[in-house]
Amino acid sequence: MSDATEGADLSRAGSDIPAGKNLAVRGVFFACALVTVLTTFGIVVVLVDGALGFFREETLFELLASVGAGILAGSPTEALEALRSGLAARVTVTEFLFGTEWSPIIRPRSYGILPLVWGTMIIVVGSALIALPVGTATAIYLSEYADRRVRKVIKPTLEILAGIPTIVYGFFALSFITPLIQRFFPETGTFNAAAGAIVVGIMIIPMVSSLSEDAMSAVPDDLRNAAYGLGATKFEVSTDVVFPASLSGVIASYILAISRAIGETMAVTLAVGMQPNVTLNPLEPAQTMTAYMVQIGISDVSVGSIGYQSLFAVGLLLFAMTLAMNLLSLQIKGRYQEEYQ
Amino acid sequence: MSDSYSTTDETTDSEAANSTDTGTEARRPGETLDETTPSIQEIPERETVIEATDLTVHYGDVEALKPVNVRLPEQEVTAIIGPSGCGKSTFLRCINRMNDMVDAARVGGELRYRGTNVYGDEVDPVALRRRIGMVFQKPNPFPKSIYDNVAYGLKIQGYDGDIDARVEESLRNAALWDEVKNQLDSSGLDLSGGQQQRLCIARAIAPDPEVILMDEPASALDPVATAKVEDLIDELAEEYTVIIVTHNMQQAARISDKTAVFLTGGKLVEFGDTNRIFENPENQRVEDYITGKFG
Repeated sequence: MSDATEGADLSRAGSDIPAGKNLAVRGVFFACALVTVLTTFGIVVVLVDGALGFFREETLFELLASVGAGILAGSPTEALEALRSGLAARVTVTEFLFGTEWSPIIRPRSYGILPLVWGTMIIVVGSALIALPVGTATAIYLSEYADRRVRKVIKPTLEILAGIPTIVYGFFALSFITPLIQRFFPETGTFNAAAGAIVVGIMIIPMVSSLSEDAMSAVPDDLRNAAYGLGATKFEVSTDVVFPASLSGVIASYILAISRAIGETMAVTLAVGMQPNVTLNPLEPAQTMTAYMVQIGISDVSVGSIGYQSLFAVGLLLFAMTLAMNLLSLQIKGRYQEEYQ
Repeated sequence: MSDSYSTTDETTDSEAANSTDTGTEARRPGETLDETTPSIQEIPERETVIEATDLTVHYGDVEALKPVNVRLPEQEVTAIIGPSGCGKSTFLRCINRMNDMVDAARVGGELRYRGTNVYGDEVDPVALRRRIGMVFQKPNPFPKSIYDNVAYGLKIQGYDGDIDARVEESLRNAALWDEVKNQLDSSGLDLSGGQQQRLCIARAIAPDPEVILMDEPASALDPVATAKVEDLIDELAEEYTVIIVTHNMQQAARISDKTAVFLTGGKLVEFGDTNRIFENPENQRVEDYITGKFG
């Protein structure tokens, strides 16, 4: 018992860990957190570097090197010349974004990315048409209707669905879905957009349903009781009260699922094929941005060639699209969150 | 599980009249409670709206409500009081079958609304709840506009009259109209807690139910808002049958015509005119509770 006049000793918590060790632990944790930030940063730099080599003669690092050499040689004119030749246009951004022909490897070459974006969009729209309604209905069922035993079966099943490697989905499309489509539409090719859209749709159902269900379960029971107390049916409670109250979370789940569909690679490469194609017919083959990147990645195009550099340009656009989606999702979640509190 | 409630069968209509011989005068707390018949002490002068006969509720293996026998009169305010966990809210939620929402809840016995057993096979709880409105402990307006909050019950119940007029009338009856008439399109959540609760009352009365259940409707409100809600309940009783659960005994004494006292264990111990219950309770435990000796 210490004397009251001395004051309580609060200098040590009784732990014997020296202060220095605490600092070190903190440092290790910080370093781990830093890994993700640095990786993101590194990926952006690599994409921008490579993409510059697609639009201009030299990549970012090549340009820095050649201009740097001129400066080191003490010759500003040489450096300027290097800058000028390095920045000479290869493909204009306008052609890339608005051109309608994509043939960066085979002559006559053209660099309009539209056919690839189109292929990606067919998959996104098609899969969204499947995943958003089915995922939302699943979420409503799990959150409002299912009793505990049913939920115990369905939730893990959805998680298994989410855990299946995407290449397996690709095989599933090739070996099951496409033959099924062919039974009804015999003209359907081995590779076709419909099979890809269906399989990606199934793949992203768990994202929609699980995130939406989280949002719906977070709706306070007070609101449900209010509606039930007025004589609302379960369906009315679900659609009039729970769904609107959880809308921000539901929409965020939609956007994340769409973002996933945009970036989906292996399944669509296998199912949809590698033929850039602007068509509304889902039974025809097409090529998504990601499938194109696979194609180039495993091909024998030489490093530095326009075909090789196109990989980065397409990758950068893809990254920009998914980033925009994810930012939008964060925005929606942040803005409308907890509206019912 | 208790096996000692067979004595409650005696509460038939005739002998409940003016019965003063239930033998409760000398009982000490905890001694012979199980024999104390939760009898109907007086026949209500008004017609019975809600009648419970041996109504029990179990949550899993826990007996939340011991057999309740009571008849609640129409167009009066009946207060249900008792300490926490005494089953008063459970009883209230039996009336409009809100206990259905609790997976583990099992209801036994009978609860008749205008003579129909609401736990009968042919009863649709949705139809029942359209006749019996409810106001909850915590104000729970929908995250919708004030107008839509009040109109919601009308819409789902297929009201074919003038919804605008009915919304205004309900808001007036809930003493809220003057405060919100210029902001009907703003969110119900923008109102103060007391206003939100009056909005919830307006929402509950809009479809014109016969009975309004209130589960501690003022417990989350400040004294000024509470006074307003109490005034409102007084007015509502002119048109509706109000059954209100409260843990506030002064409130029960102020606003109710009849009082039912539940005590720990889920037992309805005494029911009768509020004045009589508060001035001269028959049951010793009720007296102890009312005078603040426990609870």
